Amino acid sequence: MSEATLPKAMLERIEDFGGAAQPLLKVVGLTKHFPVRGGLLSKARTVRAVDNVSFEIAKGETVGIVGESGCGKSTTARLLMHLMTRDAGEILYDGMQVGRALSLRELRRGMQMVFQDSYASLNPRLTIEESIAFGPKVHGMDDAPARKLARELLDKVGLRPETFANRYPHEISGGQRQRVNIARALALSPRLVILDEAVSALDKSVEAQVLNLLADLKSEFGLTYLFISHDLNVVRYISDRVLVMYLGEVVELGPVDQVWDAPAHPYTRALLAAMPAADPDNRTETPPITGDPPNPIDPPPGCRFHTRCASAEPMCSAASPTLTDLDGAGHQAACYMAIPGSGHSRASAAEKAA
Amino acid sequence: MTKLVEVENLNVRFTGERTVHAINGVSFSLGEGEVLGLLGESGSGKSVTLRALMRLLPKKRTVINGSIRVAGRDVLALDDDELSMFRGATVSMIFQEPALALDPVYTIGQQISEAVIRHEGKSQREATARALEMLEVVRIPSAKRRLDAYPHEMSGGMRQRAMIALALACKPKILLADEPTTALDATVQIQILLLLRELQREFGMSVIFVTHDIGVAIEICDRVAVMYAGQIVETGTLRQIVRSPLHPYPRGLLASTTHGAKRGQRLETIPGTPPSLDKAPTGCSFAPRCALAEARCTEALPPAIDVGDGRMARCVLAERIQPASV
Repeated sequence: MSEATLPKAMLERIEDFGGAAQPLLKVVGLTKHFPVRGGLLSKARTVRAVDNVSFEIAKGETVGIVGESGCGKSTTARLLMHLMTRDAGEILYDGMQVGRALSLRELRRGMQMVFQDSYASLNPRLTIEESIAFGPKVHGMDDAPARKLARELLDKVGLRPETFANRYPHEISGGQRQRVNIARALALSPRLVILDEAVSALDKSVEAQVLNLLADLKSEFGLTYLFISHDLNVVRYISDRVLVMYLGEVVELGPVDQVWDAPAHPYTRALLAAMPAADPDNRTETPPITGDPPNPIDPPPGCRFHTRCASAEPMCSAASPTLTDLDGAGHQAACYMAIPGSGHSRASAAEKAA
Repeated sequence: MTKLVEVENLNVRFTGERTVHAINGVSFSLGEGEVLGLLGESGSGKSVTLRALMRLLPKKRTVINGSIRVAGRDVLALDDDELSMFRGATVSMIFQEPALALDPVYTIGQQISEAVIRHEGKSQREATARALEMLEVVRIPSAKRRLDAYPHEMSGGMRQRAMIALALACKPKILLADEPTTALDATVQIQILLLLRELQREFGMSVIFVTHDIGVAIEICDRVAVMYAGQIVETGTLRQIVRSPLHPYPRGLLASTTHGAKRGQRLETIPGTPPSLDKAPTGCSFAPRCALAEARCTEALPPAIDVGDGRMARCVLAERIQPASV
């Protein structure tokens, strides 16, 4: 990146190094703990925001992360973007380690993020065109081509450049602002886009428009998405694979249809059962679980879900189950009930599974 | 059937730097023990309608026309004293964000007992007993201890339960709910919805429930009024609206859902965005986004067509429907 200081008319495309078999992003043992200072007499405590999270995202794939507030899904996104430092774990982008084979600057070109709050994530003093052109200019592009690129991208996200380019963020609607944020993320031609609740603040009819746009852009630019959301219907619609997080840990992951149709972890089951009904004659009668998600400060020992789980047994609070493969096709769950021969009364006997 | 709430041709306009025609000719009624859903997207006027019912809109900047009758009283004619007796005793409201709606410097017990003392003239001891009873009604665990808790000491779901307890403390006839589950996590949202459904039956109260989420409406409403650009475009029973909407807007809204949509398949969308409300509508507000719009849609306001069974659609297409066939 030494020649990055020279103004350029175009940014070079980021090369594919590892080939199709190499995951675009590989995360191993990602961990982030926040210390909470104790009071005069109470001892310091820890928020285990993200705890030993590992997953891969293949090239061209869309991976969803679901979970409730405090489960660590947004912290995971920020760690991947290197917006905060991690305590432990490895993040490999196309097989390269950030800080070694890949500079942070290059990573930011290869990986971009769209946030939930479309207004807070745009500079109110810059016009939309300036906001989109800002990133490419930082990366060494000339002003004129950067502005031209911004206008092209506005067109791509369905906003007429002649109408919108010179407006300020407060002059456009939430759906339009989110399109601007998507355009800005694409301005550096990244290969991975992290969408952190990017459609959650939008009205339903606008949400559908933006989801269609995301699908179009994905095929046009060959993008890979990490799609973080609490809306299970949207995640099922957009994702190929999904991670279910609870209190900083991945409790289940796998192809979205397998996880949705045959959830193996009781938390995933509860989350799916908590979706409001779609049929007026088939309303939900009993809540799937009671109580609020516990505070991620000093989470319960063992399986973190055992305090709300109807099938919890003494072993569940003693040690935490590890993610275990269920079908040989990538569906994994961290629950003793799903692990054959684990000793849980509802687990199948050993030797049965692969 | 006596109507508890009758709203006739309500218009709300906000004045100031720019004028916003927030509500344009809204009429609806609410029966005893009924749950009416106001369904719409942001800016459709559902919350403004709700606030107008309790006169919570800023006095200086709001022009309200039309008539609002609640439990036989003309709400727009109430003076300040009458209004403060009316709020909380006849009608009370729960909000989206309990952390903002509750007073941070008083305990939950103090806030509930204050309302009971103010409205029913009870002693402090009786009022505290009622507060405890209410916390048990909304199923807050270890209610006695929670009486002395401040709002910030509770989780989001607990706070929402506490706000419901406060709203119901004086046994109002009508509960107005402004997206009370939107800020909650999925597993908590369903608990609060089921709690509200149960309390509504138990107390026999009427509820107006504002939401943007059709799934939430399905869980709780008997009847639904769909709002768009400050107007009610369609009213009907929940089943009618969900299964066979007449107006193109609810039809598009239901079709654009990601629920059950196949991956890789394009979602149905409603093109465009809602209109700005700086002018009062002179034609159908939805016409610019409507695939079925005709010339007459933009020439005059579409009539509110009664298609029978208490069902109404504000669309020229509904003219073709014979009231008897519905």
